[in-house]
Amino acid sequence: MTSLFRTGLPAYAMVVGLLFLAGLPVLAVWADNIFLIDLYLRLMILAIAAVSLNLILGYGGMVSFGHAAYLVVGAYAVGIPAYYGIYNGFLQFAIAILASAAIALVTGAIALRTKGVYFIMITMAFAQMVFFTFVSIEEYGGDDGLVIDTRSEFGGLLDINDNFTLYYFVLASLILTLGLVHRIVHSRFGMVISGSKGNDRRMQAIGFPTYRYRLASYVISGAICGYAGALLGNFTNFITPEMGDWVRSGELIFMVVLGGAGSLFGPVLGTAMFVLLEEYLSRITQYWHFPFGAMLILVVIFTRGGINGMFRWLGGRIGLGARS
Amino acid sequence: MDWGLFTIQMLNGLQLGVLLFLLAAGLTLVFGIMDFVNLAHGSLYMMGAYFCATLTQLTDSFLLGVVLALPLTALLGWLVELIVVRALYTHDHLDHVLATFGLILCFDTAVDYIWGPTGMAIPLPDFLNGQVTLFGGLEFPVFRLVIIASGLLVAALLYVMVAHTRLGMLIRAGASNRTMVMALGVDIGKLFALVFAVGAAFAGFAGMLIAPITEASIGMGNDIIIVAFVVIIIGGIGSIKGAFVAAMIVGLIDTMGRSFLDQLLKVFMSAQNAETSAPALSAMAIYILMAVVLAFRPQGLFPPKVR
Repeated sequence: MTSLFRTGLPAYAMVVGLLFLAGLPVLAVWADNIFLIDLYLRLMILAIAAVSLNLILGYGGMVSFGHAAYLVVGAYAVGIPAYYGIYNGFLQFAIAILASAAIALVTGAIALRTKGVYFIMITMAFAQMVFFTFVSIEEYGGDDGLVIDTRSEFGGLLDINDNFTLYYFVLASLILTLGLVHRIVHSRFGMVISGSKGNDRRMQAIGFPTYRYRLASYVISGAICGYAGALLGNFTNFITPEMGDWVRSGELIFMVVLGGAGSLFGPVLGTAMFVLLEEYLSRITQYWHFPFGAMLILVVIFTRGGINGMFRWLGGRIGLGARS
Repeated sequence: MDWGLFTIQMLNGLQLGVLLFLLAAGLTLVFGIMDFVNLAHGSLYMMGAYFCATLTQLTDSFLLGVVLALPLTALLGWLVELIVVRALYTHDHLDHVLATFGLILCFDTAVDYIWGPTGMAIPLPDFLNGQVTLFGGLEFPVFRLVIIASGLLVAALLYVMVAHTRLGMLIRAGASNRTMVMALGVDIGKLFALVFAVGAAFAGFAGMLIAPITEASIGMGNDIIIVAFVVIIIGGIGSIKGAFVAAMIVGLIDTMGRSFLDQLLKVFMSAQNAETSAPALSAMAIYILMAVVLAFRPQGLFPPKVR
């Protein structure tokens, strides 16, 4: 577990966070507030997407401004088979992962030839293509979206029509994703990705074909995000191309940066902060986007490293947890 | 093929190109000179349209509305630079994207608060509102011709300013070597603020021109700003000439694709396939163009010579 400490946030913060998520349904039932489950389901699904984005953005320095496209692809991988009456969850999730990976492979192969702001813009351009593709397919609802009448079926293993089961299914997925990203980042493969973020030319000079490594990480990230999209489709039961709008991609980046890019649990914290602020600010005022946007600007100007960096700073002050 | 429709669509494409150029000009200058990615440029386009709508209502004259709204938009741009953008020059592109994303949220909400959620129409004066008969008996709205003409005029003015005035010289110098310009005693901060305000005025002008056709609405800048980014990337970041050429190409491809791609595709495939795939392909056309340009000429078509 010591390696977790190196990622900045004290490991116990992550354990506490995950324990809280595990206990939340009990809390929701006790407080007679079933809505909490919906809120935290959305939070965890978006957190999986944010963790996947963090793999390339935080660790690899690849700012993808089109990650929400994989959410759409994943969601339609559930929606389109369901439209034809195919509810087999294994098949749907396999399509979601494979289709996302295939799209990431093709677009990544082109996008990774560029750098910096060009990379930001080209990933956004590809996401717009995905967006317009689904908008223009009238058969699957086009602009108006598609209703998923039945959630994925896992042949008696698991019945996610029950929101509690779906909740723990998503929580398990989140933990698995965190574990997977942790393993990737601390493997030799992950070291090459981080090294290439630091100094790509030097990594090439010592003999790593960094382009292939970066492409592989881009594909893995896209595939995980596609999986999150399949979960999102199952959760909302109603999917629209709007889920892949560039504004959504911007929000995903914000979640990652808010929590602290390049730390394992940071994106989960960032997503939590984003979703909860959105939820509770919008109850106070219909004009909640204004303080929200202002906060975004202030966070960017005044903090580097998001809330995670703040925790690290605080931790250093009171002598707790992480010291890198 | 219907050549009348073809001509009309060419003119519509030109009109879109002109609007895109007005947006892209400011964007590419800010990007090229200050290395600042401004997603909120589309908000200034929206604010220009709303200022113009209100002032047109107050003064009962569209022309007066435009004339008064232009300095107002420039002032707003100057304030945005002063309050938010200035603090971000030393940050990286990711921070620019995030902060200006926050600005978009603020502007959209402010418009919702001040003007309400429904859009605002701008009535045109009679002499701009009619149709004009072109050669061959084609009818075309006068106002769309006015948009094209005024856009081209602004492009010419901008060219003269950048290529033949002292200010333009400083702008070009600032773009190629900021430190050297500072060492020669030019207040680069003032220069940046000025360029930002001028860019804002251009974006606002584009919003004022389109608003009488589409009406001013919340988030109207959020879609077109992405296309404007496509334009400056195809044209080469920092190049006014590139922005102009790319804006025309993108405007024409987008408009012509939407009207004629299905007919073109019918040459290669069955009518039914053509009709289903044409809308998707035409919406994607400009992004495909950008991906191709980036794959083969990563610096764009007309990269500025010295960087």
